[in-house]
Amino acid sequence: MADLRVTFAGIRAPNPFWLASAPPTDKEYNVVRAFKAGWGGVVWKTLGEDGPPIVNVSGPRYGAIHASDRRVIGFNNIELITDRPLQTNLEEIKRVKKEWPDRAMVVSLMVPCDEESWKAILKRVEWTECDGVELNFGCPHGMSERGMGAAVGQVAEYVEMVTRWCKQHTRMPVIVKLTPNVSSVIPPARAAKKGGADAVSLINTVNSMMGVDLDAMSPWPHVGGKGTHGGMCGPVVKPIALNMVAEIARNAETAGLPISGIGGIETWKDAAEYLALGCGTVQVCTAAMVYGFRIVAEMKAGLSDWMDAKGYRTIDDFRGMAAPKVTDWQHLNLDYVVKARIDQDLCISCGRCHVACEDTSHQAITNLVNGVRRFEVIEEECVGCNLCAVVCPVENCITMVEKAEGYVDPRTGIVVGGHRTWMEHPNNPMAKDPKPARMAEPAE
Amino acid sequence: MADIRAGRLDAAVIAENFGDMLPAFSANEARVAAERCLFCHDAPCVTACPTSIDIPLFIRQIAAANPIGAARTILDSNIMGAMCARVCPTENLCEGVCVREVSEGKAIEIGRLQRHATDAAFTTGRQFYKAGPATGHHVAVVGAGPAGLACAHKLATLGHMVTVFEARDKAGGLNEFGIAAYKATHDVAQHEVEYVLAVGNITIEYGKRLGRDITLAGLKRDHDAVFLGMGLGDTNDLDLGTEPDGVLDAVAYIAALRQAPDKSALPVGRRVVVIGGGMTAIDIATQTKKLGADEVTIVYRRGKEQMSASPYEQDVAQTHGVTIRHWMRPVELVAIGGHLSAVKLAYTRLDGGKLVATGETVTLPCDQLFKAIGQVFVPADLADAGGQIAMSGGRIAVDTERRTSLAGVWAGGDCVAGGQDLTVAAVEDGKQAALSIDRTLRGAAVAAAE
Repeated sequence: MADLRVTFAGIRAPNPFWLASAPPTDKEYNVVRAFKAGWGGVVWKTLGEDGPPIVNVSGPRYGAIHASDRRVIGFNNIELITDRPLQTNLEEIKRVKKEWPDRAMVVSLMVPCDEESWKAILKRVEWTECDGVELNFGCPHGMSERGMGAAVGQVAEYVEMVTRWCKQHTRMPVIVKLTPNVSSVIPPARAAKKGGADAVSLINTVNSMMGVDLDAMSPWPHVGGKGTHGGMCGPVVKPIALNMVAEIARNAETAGLPISGIGGIETWKDAAEYLALGCGTVQVCTAAMVYGFRIVAEMKAGLSDWMDAKGYRTIDDFRGMAAPKVTDWQHLNLDYVVKARIDQDLCISCGRCHVACEDTSHQAITNLVNGVRRFEVIEEECVGCNLCAVVCPVENCITMVEKAEGYVDPRTGIVVGGHRTWMEHPNNPMAKDPKPARMAEPAE
Repeated sequence: MADIRAGRLDAAVIAENFGDMLPAFSANEARVAAERCLFCHDAPCVTACPTSIDIPLFIRQIAAANPIGAARTILDSNIMGAMCARVCPTENLCEGVCVREVSEGKAIEIGRLQRHATDAAFTTGRQFYKAGPATGHHVAVVGAGPAGLACAHKLATLGHMVTVFEARDKAGGLNEFGIAAYKATHDVAQHEVEYVLAVGNITIEYGKRLGRDITLAGLKRDHDAVFLGMGLGDTNDLDLGTEPDGVLDAVAYIAALRQAPDKSALPVGRRVVVIGGGMTAIDIATQTKKLGADEVTIVYRRGKEQMSASPYEQDVAQTHGVTIRHWMRPVELVAIGGHLSAVKLAYTRLDGGKLVATGETVTLPCDQLFKAIGQVFVPADLADAGGQIAMSGGRIAVDTERRTSLAGVWAGGDCVAGGQDLTVAAVEDGKQAALSIDRTLRGAAVAAAE
């Protein structure tokens, strides 16, 4: 059995699977159920300053994008931070932490952008003896219009300033939660680091409108005929999140900053991908809201089984291993060649690869061979784009086969084995030392 | 004494037995089923459909919450799509070649999805077709079955006036008279007829049988073209001499069963034997079981693989408790007091491709025996045109456009040679004949103008 224990920004947890700050972590009842189910930690739903409680809409708060069989692949919400009294939340947090001392208990916070407000809330949260705080700089709706959430996260100077205040006013580890609703995640991540953050967590939800109600002629869902943008999460945002995580992991100024990965994690495999890019923990919300807390059993078992199979004893054994492989386009090897290969034994003859290639790409897949329905790759035309493999409904039926050194690409005449990036390519006018392609010897 | 009587089961039980065997999809079931479709390129299901319905497109329309649009896609290719959805042997056609059948052994449920879409059009009364601009031509159609109605509908949309001559007093042909009741519940065949006729410019004259009430010469004289779609007028006989009471024609019984408002009023034997291996045999066997027959046995002279009833249909019969016995044929009808009491069966085997008796026999006691050994064309229907129309294998010979050898006369459906004896094939015949008639009439008009 692999050891799933983690220590993240000084916070210990029995496993890296934490519940993100969201409705599932709004109160003691839910969090206790989550801990019973086996979650390694929670980030308690965002607390605001003391005062009149937050008011949520009583219309729909959630919308979704469904894939086939109504699988929720995208989810959005317009719920605000906790609408329960601060003291109630604090008492429950304290009680739960005391009862579940081995689990990570992080408290998400969002108060107005002045030092006194942050100082005040931090003192009250410390009373709970929780393990750390997460600064909600990401919430894109409702609170941002009041100068909080994403309104802070989108301005690097504010991120740094608030982070610094928090580090000055508490002994607790400070995690800064970043919004993806920026043109680059690096400035706010750099600001968090400069402000002294112990870690960052990302991504918060993506600004989104889930649909248009064609009967009501309004956004869908709508509240009494009007709708507003919400924050989207779920499987569809995972690629956005992975990229942002990788950007932080490989940027010279932010590399090494502990990251808690968030976005579309449904299975152990999703989690392992975040960990491979360097995350120390992952946070889950949508999958729990769709399937319930017991999904963590699959996640823990799956990650452990995979680690056993790979010979990784601890998460640190593989954590971050994929990060150095992330690069910019200009550093990709243009002499690397793959060609699609269709496993005729697995092929079910749906013809999707053919029509996709024929209609939209390179006309490199047959539909008839000697008058018989058959789908074969025409290597002379195949650019190795992967479209056929993507559209194929049978996993591993179409694979992209790496061509070995010496293979002459019949499409280009180039001999495989060279290594030229765009930086060295003769077609690049900026290339300092262009290298010619290795061409096949012309036939006598 | 033969035990044949009505009301073997409680009327309520019989009514339930004759309910929809394969109920309609709910909207959610339809969506889930539709989302499994892979939207294949040059899809095998379309190729397998005699009417070439764009199946991937209509299924995609269902998945995209547009069942009415799906219905239009279906009906554009097959105006009898509602009945075909229920009676097509889909396991031999579209579903049999579905790539998900090939890969997973579980085809997309194309038939049920087609029913979902066409039901949507019928229940909302959505009519997609109207009569085309009048051409001044008038076409006679013989038979208001699937072939005739499909032909009439297409002709009407192309602007021709159509008169359909129907021997019975009700339209629908085998859809109305020849299909097991539990496959065509809620009077769907008549709803379909109404839908077809709603296009306009089609008149049906009931009680007009070719060769009895009307002549081909007369039809040709009074119309610009004639389409023959009268089906098969008779059934094969056992050739076992005088038949005692209790020996019945399955086709006639199935028709009576379909038309009976109270099926519990139909007399049925305690022990029933059905001779035959096709759909008619399955339908009569299953339905007599549903009426309360105690023992029902299908007797077929060859093996399981040679039965023209599909494996699915054989399963249906067996699930209902019907016994299917292969490699035997009737050689004697045993009667007591003029009434059937048993049937003597001879075991058969293949000898160099020829079916021969093994010499062994068995006698099966029975109260009722149904003949379901095929229908035949009645040459007398063409009496006045006898010799003018070329025949092939006892049915009317047609070319790919469904033209007979007699100019101005087209034919389709079960009465033509080389067909599949399927509703869907009949619909395609009618459609193709209508297109050919239209081309011919327009060509003649152009030639006349020049």
